[in-house]
Amino acid sequence: MLNGIDDEEKWLAEGIAGIQHNAFYMHQALDSNNLREALKYSAQMLSELRTSKLSPHKYYELYMRAFDELRKLEMFFKEDSKHGVSVIDLYELVQHAGNILPRLYLLCTVGSVYIKSKEAPAKEVLKDLVEMCRGVQHPIRGLFLRSYLAQISRDKLPDIGSEYEGDADTVMDAVEFVLQNFTEMNKLWVQMQHQGPGRFREKQEKERSELRDLVGKNLHVLSQIEGVDLGIYKETVLTRVLEQVVNCKDDLAQYYLMDCIIQVFPDEYHLQTLETLLGACPQLQPTVDVKTVLSRLMDRLSNYAASSEDVLPEFLQVEAFTKLSNAIGKVIEAQVDMPAVGAITLYVSLLTFTLCVHPDRLDYVDQVLGACVKKLYNIPKLEDSRAMKQVVALLSAPLEKYNDIVTALTLSNYPRVMDHLDNGTNKVMAMVIIQSIMKNNTFISTAHKLDEEDFKDEQNSVARLIHMLYNDEPEEMLKIICIVRKHTMAGGPKRLPFTVPSLVFSALRLVWRLQGQEGDIVGEEVPATPKKIFQLLTQIIEALSAVPSPELALRLYLQCAEAANGCDLELVAYEFFTQAFVLYEEEIADSKAQVTAIHLIIGTLQRMNVFGVENRDTMTHKTTGYSARLLKKPDQCRAVYACSHLFWVDDQDGIKDGERVLLCLKRALRIANAAQQMANVARGSSGPVILFVEILNKYLYFFEKGNQQITGAAIQDLIELINTEMQSDSATPDTASDAFLASTLRYIQFQKQKGGVMGEKFEAIKF
Amino acid sequence: MNYLVGVFKPPCNIFVSFADGRRREQVPLKKENGKTVMVALFQSQENIVGEVVIEPIHGMKVEHNGVKIELLGQIELYFDRGNFYDFTSLVRELDVPGELYERKTYPFEFSTVEMPYESYNGVNVRLRYILKVTISRNFVSNIVEYQDFVVRNYTPPPSINNSIKMEVGIEDCLHIEFEYSKSKYHLKDVIIGKIYFLLVRIKLKNMELEIRRRESTGSGPNTYVETETLAKFELMDGAPVRGESIPIRLFLSPYELTPTYRNINNKYSVKYYLNLVLVDEEDRRYFKQQEITMYRLLEAS
Repeated sequence: MLNGIDDEEKWLAEGIAGIQHNAFYMHQALDSNNLREALKYSAQMLSELRTSKLSPHKYYELYMRAFDELRKLEMFFKEDSKHGVSVIDLYELVQHAGNILPRLYLLCTVGSVYIKSKEAPAKEVLKDLVEMCRGVQHPIRGLFLRSYLAQISRDKLPDIGSEYEGDADTVMDAVEFVLQNFTEMNKLWVQMQHQGPGRFREKQEKERSELRDLVGKNLHVLSQIEGVDLGIYKETVLTRVLEQVVNCKDDLAQYYLMDCIIQVFPDEYHLQTLETLLGACPQLQPTVDVKTVLSRLMDRLSNYAASSEDVLPEFLQVEAFTKLSNAIGKVIEAQVDMPAVGAITLYVSLLTFTLCVHPDRLDYVDQVLGACVKKLYNIPKLEDSRAMKQVVALLSAPLEKYNDIVTALTLSNYPRVMDHLDNGTNKVMAMVIIQSIMKNNTFISTAHKLDEEDFKDEQNSVARLIHMLYNDEPEEMLKIICIVRKHTMAGGPKRLPFTVPSLVFSALRLVWRLQGQEGDIVGEEVPATPKKIFQLLTQIIEALSAVPSPELALRLYLQCAEAANGCDLELVAYEFFTQAFVLYEEEIADSKAQVTAIHLIIGTLQRMNVFGVENRDTMTHKTTGYSARLLKKPDQCRAVYACSHLFWVDDQDGIKDGERVLLCLKRALRIANAAQQMANVARGSSGPVILFVEILNKYLYFFEKGNQQITGAAIQDLIELINTEMQSDSATPDTASDAFLASTLRYIQFQKQKGGVMGEKFEAIKF
Repeated sequence: MNYLVGVFKPPCNIFVSFADGRRREQVPLKKENGKTVMVALFQSQENIVGEVVIEPIHGMKVEHNGVKIELLGQIELYFDRGNFYDFTSLVRELDVPGELYERKTYPFEFSTVEMPYESYNGVNVRLRYILKVTISRNFVSNIVEYQDFVVRNYTPPPSINNSIKMEVGIEDCLHIEFEYSKSKYHLKDVIIGKIYFLLVRIKLKNMELEIRRRESTGSGPNTYVETETLAKFELMDGAPVRGESIPIRLFLSPYELTPTYRNINNKYSVKYYLNLVLVDEEDRRYFKQQEITMYRLLEAS
């Protein structure tokens, strides 16, 4: 084994020497017009090709040597004046050779002359040759012999318009000949794997691959036959070739030949025989890479469709999309083990095809994406980078085609496919999308005739998209945000409410991240500082004033303020609050909206710890002030008691101003009272006591938290007050308040019974 | 001097020639000494006409008791060398006893001679036809001259000529069906046929078709059988798979065949066989032999 290669070289050298030696004597015989000697030495020369020792590669080298010599012999055969034997006799004479391989090489050589002489119809000679070649069943020797036959017959097929064309239907003879040679060659090629010891399987596969073009050449010849029209192709050529492909049950051959068929025959033939061609795919061996085959087919058809508009009706007529789509479905279904990348590759090809052929059929595009989603159902996040690349390709294709992100985003399955990407790839995808947006600035200003719901869906998609823009590098991320901002800002009042929040939160997320790695930020050079981002944010939110959408803006300002709080940027936070207050004052007129807004402000403000005493006072003062000025009394009351929390932050360093808490609660009680009176005046019955119960709960909360200003006595008084109110004649029975009160009292009872410090404390409350 | 010469050399030269010698076909004939000479070709029931020329060597006188020419058909068996069985013997007296001084020509003729057997030169047997000229002499040995000629007999194509078709095999190992288009072939014929592989479980290396000649001589305990392989013709290279069919086309003209001879004068037979041989990778040979009948075709003129 060690010297395997050296030995082979040696054998090849010996073979070549043998050929040269005999060729020398053959030349002498040719020069002296000695036919007998010429036949003898040529047969001996060809005997060198009987070797079994050479790999296909080396054998080819030997074959080429012999081939060159045979050309000379053929020239000699042609000149019957030199050797004096008619070509018919010559045809018999060479068959006297005892060894089959030299005999058949010589027969083919004479056959070539025979056809040229036209002393017999080409088809008869070809038929005889292709039949006689059956005698060589050794794969390599047989393949080369038949390849020689193919070579010498190529220009002698009885094709239409050929000088060898015979009577009617001779094209069929040409086709029949090539098909038969093809079939036999393929059989030999498949047989190759059963030759020799099985342990060199890999080597064998490699060697087989080297020979595949010998087989494929026949298909090429078939495609070159003028007379093969669509009818013949459909009825004979394709049917027979596919029959051989399917029946040979060999994955290497099947893959190669399917690809060959796709590559060598014209597009319009493929289109017209799509069903047959696709029908063969599920019949191939499970190990055949059908996806690549189909991809290539679709790529070809796509190119064909792109080549001219005139061919498009053809595609529609044969329902190419449906057929391809079905075929892909079947293949994916059949090949359970196909990795995701394979399936997605198929979808990419189908999508490209669809976009080329049916640009107007968005439903087709969506259907493809939908099928892809279905395939990816079990894979929440793709991990295979190749698969990911394919998904990016899949998602990019519609963008490139339509130049219009909105069109792409109306595809309901588009974001669902995106869901399967990992973050890094999502960013890539986002960049693609953004680039697409940038490429096509017009979309923003285009008036869309979409109905409201579609519009929302679409904008939600954009918003979702913004969330998917992500990069680990803060600077990169900031760049992304800037770019997105540039585009969303141009979006107009209708779109901004959808897109701005996403953008804001995206920026805030960056802020939080920077916050997390605060220690690393050094110097002024760093572009992505929270400050900078907050400046950006201010501008972004301001844009909403154009909508106008004050409630949304207010919420966003508060979010920003909280973020600034997290970054310890007091002034920035203050500025955001100011903006929020300004909005509250100037833009929010609706009372309900005001209530919501004030509660948001209270909530946010309560959590702020960045403000100094002065600033905080300003803020709390403003807030309580606004609370007390709400329109409805119950709203006022609730806002005011909520404000009590502004003075009592239940954590270690939190502000704990018991007095002002009490003030708030008392004020709330007053308002509740006033509300009660107002109700009496207005409707003759007092309003529900629920406000009191709510205030009682606040009392209990602060009592429990240890606010010295809230005493057990005060609570007791309050409970009494409530009881009185409830028993008064004018009281409106209200089950909700009753239940609320009852459970509050039960809670007090519970705390008492629990004992301990808290129990003692609650003992002070008596009722 | 002349006296001395006469001791070693016959005193005259004898030439035998055929009347239509120039037109008659000449065929090669291998002599006992290994040399091949061209001789005239006849068939049965032809007239054998010609002349004998006796030419005494210059100045010599040949005394004789008569001159005759014989036409002999002889079978010579090599295990019984020297003994000739004459199955045909015809004599023509050419001259009465007398003396010859000068060149003399004797015409002769054998009309419609029955020569049922063909000339044959086998391994253990030879059948030949000769013209034997004898100048009988007293006291000294006769002067004898031989002239060989060859007889070939032609037959029309047989009216019945069935194909040979057979299925053979080794159980669960190899199963083939072969077919030769005919069972009777003329000498320039072509064997056409095919071998169909029904089952192949052994790794075959190649397949060839042999033409074998079986010559049996003598009879009873003295029977000698000699088999020669005249042709080895490779039909297939490599291992076929099930269902494969391999064509046969073997031209017979390059081989030196004779017609089949059956029991020639109870002395010998020559038969022909086609032997299909399959060789596996371990060089084991599997074969099947079938007799074919060879005949010399009478060309329709």
